[in-house]
Amino acid sequence: MEQFLQQMVNGISLGSIYALIALGYTMVYGIIKLINFAHGDVYMIGAYIGFAATTFAKLGFFPALIIAMLASAALGILIEKVAYKPLRNSTKIAVLITAIGMSFLLEYVMMFFVGAEVRSYPKVLSDASFNLGNVVINMQQIYIVVTAIVLMIILQYIINKTKIGKAMRAVSADKDAAQLMGIQVDTTISFTFAIGSALAGAGGVLVGIYYNSIDPLMGMMPGLKAFVAAVFGGIGSIPGAMIGGLSIGIMETLVSGYGNSMYRDAFVFAILIVILIIKPAGILGKNTKEKV
Amino acid sequence: MLQIKNLNVHYGVIQALKDVSLTINEGEIVTLIGANGAGKTTTLRTISGLNKATSGQIFFEGADITNMPATQRVKMHISQVPEGRRIFPEMSVLENLELGAYLRNDKAEIKKDIQNVYGLFPILGNRKKQLAGTLSGGEQQMLAMGRALMSRPKILLLDEPSMGLAPLLVREIFDIIKNINSTGTTVLLVEQNARMALSIAHRAYVIETGSIVMSGTGEELSKSDDIQKAYLGGGE
Ligand SMILES: Nc1ncnc2c1ncn2[C@@H]1O[C@H](COP(=O)(O)OP(=O)(O)OP(=O)(O)O)[C@@H](O)[C@H]1O
Ligand SMILES: [Mg+2]
Repeated sequence: MEQFLQQMVNGISLGSIYALIALGYTMVYGIIKLINFAHGDVYMIGAYIGFAATTFAKLGFFPALIIAMLASAALGILIEKVAYKPLRNSTKIAVLITAIGMSFLLEYVMMFFVGAEVRSYPKVLSDASFNLGNVVINMQQIYIVVTAIVLMIILQYIINKTKIGKAMRAVSADKDAAQLMGIQVDTTISFTFAIGSALAGAGGVLVGIYYNSIDPLMGMMPGLKAFVAAVFGGIGSIPGAMIGGLSIGIMETLVSGYGNSMYRDAFVFAILIVILIIKPAGILGKNTKEKV
Repeated sequence: MLQIKNLNVHYGVIQALKDVSLTINEGEIVTLIGANGAGKTTTLRTISGLNKATSGQIFFEGADITNMPATQRVKMHISQVPEGRRIFPEMSVLENLELGAYLRNDKAEIKKDIQNVYGLFPILGNRKKQLAGTLSGGEQQMLAMGRALMSRPKILLLDEPSMGLAPLLVREIFDIIKNINSTGTTVLLVEQNARMALSIAHRAYVIETGSIVMSGTGEELSKSDDIQKAYLGGGE
């Protein structure tokens, strides 16, 4: 039982990070129906920006987090403008290949500039831990989970209550109808990339602090798993991405805790396959019916 | 108020509009009637800026809007109720109406206009919180019209508002269109239900395979033999 609770605590920390990344996949998919494979690399670059901010500028956790989020947002907007916008009317496969190309480009450009070696964050958060019964909870885990929850609450607020959030939902639902309301589709798409990328950047910083190691290819596996999380929750669904991220994180730690950590990644992708077979739309995926 | 001169529109190589010219004066209800695929929707979409003109010009209140982005045209108070309603199904009735006022910032006035829409369509007032996608077809049509009114249109473009509605409801919708017009909104009404459209329109245009083939007052066209045969089911 204690071991189970311990794994849950670890799983929730990891899962909140997956959820932050998964949100970007799902929001971008919702608005332009693209799986943005470069998204995991925005997360990686966010981690490096956080690294630079804490190591060279000697900033603390919150300033570094905010700088990484802003820079990632700018990067997201840039990627969309340069790589995807010119292909707005091209075939899906062309855009998908561009996204994969963009992913490699970011990885190897980073490798060129920062080198391939693994780097570690300075100690910006206390690594004190305390015991709850026999379950050990680390202060860093609390920071991760609280940060993720706060960001998701802000996101929910933006999407449901603000004008730009309503515009995002309108453009996701029907671009022509949105234009007839006076909504600027391009601006709204840029904004969506900005928010999704900012969340990924935050995830990057949290991982950098938690696992204390970053490298230019660190985005590949979490990127893929967050994508699985988004599909698991129902791609296009924001609550789905949150639930999906948490579920994948928890399942993954349970598998490595009880089984063998070697099977951890295989297990995640096995889940993807099972989901695609039994519930292709994901757990919160919508099969919208329209009235004629 | 709205003037279209020699408008040509293509979808790839298909020419959907050929030298279409038409004029709508302030305060009028003008109807554009024609068979399936004649180019009615294309005309409205091009006026709203959703389709690009290959050549020709569109003037609104004297300004050339041919190449203006769609948003800008909404700002000029050109509003459209698109074919098939296109309400936002996952949003509530109220949120749909608020989106209709997307470019406005006068909160108090927006509130008042929402109440006015509820006055015009009482059923929407009773369904404020309901998801728009769960409304009936007729209610969705009303919502689409209410949403379009939220931008305080000077001209309202309506694309087949009677489509799929029961005769009684069609009557009601047409009465509301007349009502909206009588409060000063100019109306361009696209319809396949030619009889109803001609009965409320001041003037009418007939479009066939992308070209305007006839125009006149509603009354003139209702009496025309060709119209009787082609659109009013007469002469059989
Ligand atoms: N997106 C599109 N791509 C290619 N062709 C199109 C497209 N939309 C319309 N068309 C063609 O343009 C022509 C005019 O279509 P439009 O939708 O304007 O007709 P309509 O008069 O509104 O017809 P309906 O009464 O059926 O709504 C048709 O021949 C149609 O096939
Ligand atoms: Mg049509």
